[in-house]
Amino acid sequence: MADALLRVAELTKRFGGVIASEGVALDVADGELHAIIGPNGAGKTTLIGQLTGEIAPDSGRIYFAGQDITALPTHQRSAIGMARSFQITSLFLDMTVLDNVALAVQAHAGHSFRFWTPARSERALRAPAQAALARVGAADRGNVVVADLSHGEHRQIEIAMALATRPRLLLLDEPMAGMGPEESARLVNLLRELKKEYTILLIEHDMEAVFALADRISVLVYGRVIATGTPAAIRVNPEVIQAYLGEQQAVTGHG
Amino acid sequence: MMPALSLRNIVVALLLLMLLLVPVYALVVGNNFVLSLFTRIVILAIAATSLNLIMGYGGMVSFGHAAYLGIGGYMVGILAYEGILSGFVQWPLALLVSALIAFVIGLLSLRTRGVYFIMITLAFGQMIYYVGVSLNRYGADDGLTIYRRSNFAGLLNLSNKTVFYYFCLLLLLATIYLTWRLVNSRFGMAIRGARSNDRRMHAIGFPTFRYRLTCFVIAGTICGLAGVLLANHTDFISPAVMHWTRSGDLIVMVVLGGMGSLFGPLIGTVAFLALEEVLSGITEYWQIIFGPMLLAIVLFARGGIDGLLAGIRRG
Ligand SMILES: Nc1ncnc2c1ncn2[C@@H]1O[C@H](COP(=O)(O)OP(=O)(O)O)[C@@H](O)[C@H]1O
Ligand SMILES: [Mg+2]
Repeated sequence: MADALLRVAELTKRFGGVIASEGVALDVADGELHAIIGPNGAGKTTLIGQLTGEIAPDSGRIYFAGQDITALPTHQRSAIGMARSFQITSLFLDMTVLDNVALAVQAHAGHSFRFWTPARSERALRAPAQAALARVGAADRGNVVVADLSHGEHRQIEIAMALATRPRLLLLDEPMAGMGPEESARLVNLLRELKKEYTILLIEHDMEAVFALADRISVLVYGRVIATGTPAAIRVNPEVIQAYLGEQQAVTGHG
Repeated sequence: MMPALSLRNIVVALLLLMLLLVPVYALVVGNNFVLSLFTRIVILAIAATSLNLIMGYGGMVSFGHAAYLGIGGYMVGILAYEGILSGFVQWPLALLVSALIAFVIGLLSLRTRGVYFIMITLAFGQMIYYVGVSLNRYGADDGLTIYRRSNFAGLLNLSNKTVFYYFCLLLLLATIYLTWRLVNSRFGMAIRGARSNDRRMHAIGFPTFRYRLTCFVIAGTICGLAGVLLANHTDFISPAVMHWTRSGDLIVMVVLGGMGSLFGPLIGTVAFLALEEVLSGITEYWQIIFGPMLLAIVLFARGGIDGLLAGIRRG
């Protein structure tokens, strides 16, 4: 694909005997919402880790906006427009919500060798942070210490922090994990809005959400991409049904 | 920072008032020992405040922080021994050397975390201690007497004990004020973020190492200043001030007073040295009493004395 924003080529990562990524190839086109589905342990989180530079691949290459970023450190990948949310909430628990998001703004507002002016009174940091909070529907939670929030709110702040870095590409690792149906529905609506502005790589177990939101879906099983295609094509792909969807439908059929 | 009339603010205000009045008290009762004790307290509070900057706000538990007391002190001692008495030369050189050594130690140790960081800083601290022991020209482990205090060409007479005390107090307040500005600035937020969740900091785009290293250097430099003052106070410097147990004392002062609290280290230093004075008057084995008291504070008041006063728990 000529105008792929993110391109992954032959990515391989082993943890001892476990193969978490095996020759993963992936294109995420500019503007698309690309979902990755697959069973637990398929290597989805490990893939995100390699995309953001937290995990070094054994081999393979990653290109972002045409640039080879395979060796770029994590913070520089953030600087050029990649942002992730964490499957397992990873926030500054001892700080307020607004402080959390303002830090994400600050990271992209020049260097932080500024020793004198109180950061909490800088409008240039607080206003964009407040806007990101409003975006995820947490505008009124700014002064709450993050540790005191509910799980669902933590998930919201995860996304607000990613948005606050003003990324081109959002890498969302199971943003709905552990959410109730009502919260999930609200998040689906938010993602529907966000996909108009951002290119999104979405990892999600909620099949209903995935099939409603995704332009394309890649299916990851045992570290290998076994299929990529439109939701309609993936839904009827026999290999996918056998390896994943069949079991998934059986599971969701219960609830 | 709303200056509300809370218990904690009252205690801090009374403490500062007391510190201001110590020379007056010493003069009235004719008790020079009190002035000397409090000069020591104020100087060590500067050291503890600098340790709190990296440990309380930055999560960098350095077990070698007393090394900078020695570095600052030895710079004064050695230069005086070699006939260079001017404070305008001694002090900047002492701070510069402290900063350089902190830079090297930080560069080599800040890649590690937790217990490894504690062990590496401990090792560096002991290395510098043994350098002090091996300085044969400057008294080796017997130390070096400093016959003339730093000379500020008549601008400041450090030999006047009252002047010296107030000068140290001024530097302590300046250190606390500087810490306050630092920890609330962008730099401070970056440092706190790195303590709270370094992984997330990288994910949102912070190269945290450079900020943590800078913080480490600032703390080392301030502690070097405390060493300069301490050497001038005692007219003496020896490797003993750099022993790892001295670094441990500094950690205890910070934890006792309250990590990550602006006035915590000052409160902790006062409490530590006052308890040491009182308890060692009761029994030679005062540490047997002191130890369990510390344990109780650490276990039941995680924010130290300051946390108790504020009535909140800190993480
Ligand atoms: N740091 C690690 N060390 C060892 N094994 C790991 C590590 N991270 C992930 N794995 C293994 O790699 C496989 C893929 O894990 P993960 O990427 O978390 O899967 P998913 O997100 O699809 O559930 C799993 O078998 C997991 O146990
Ligand atoms: Mg996962």
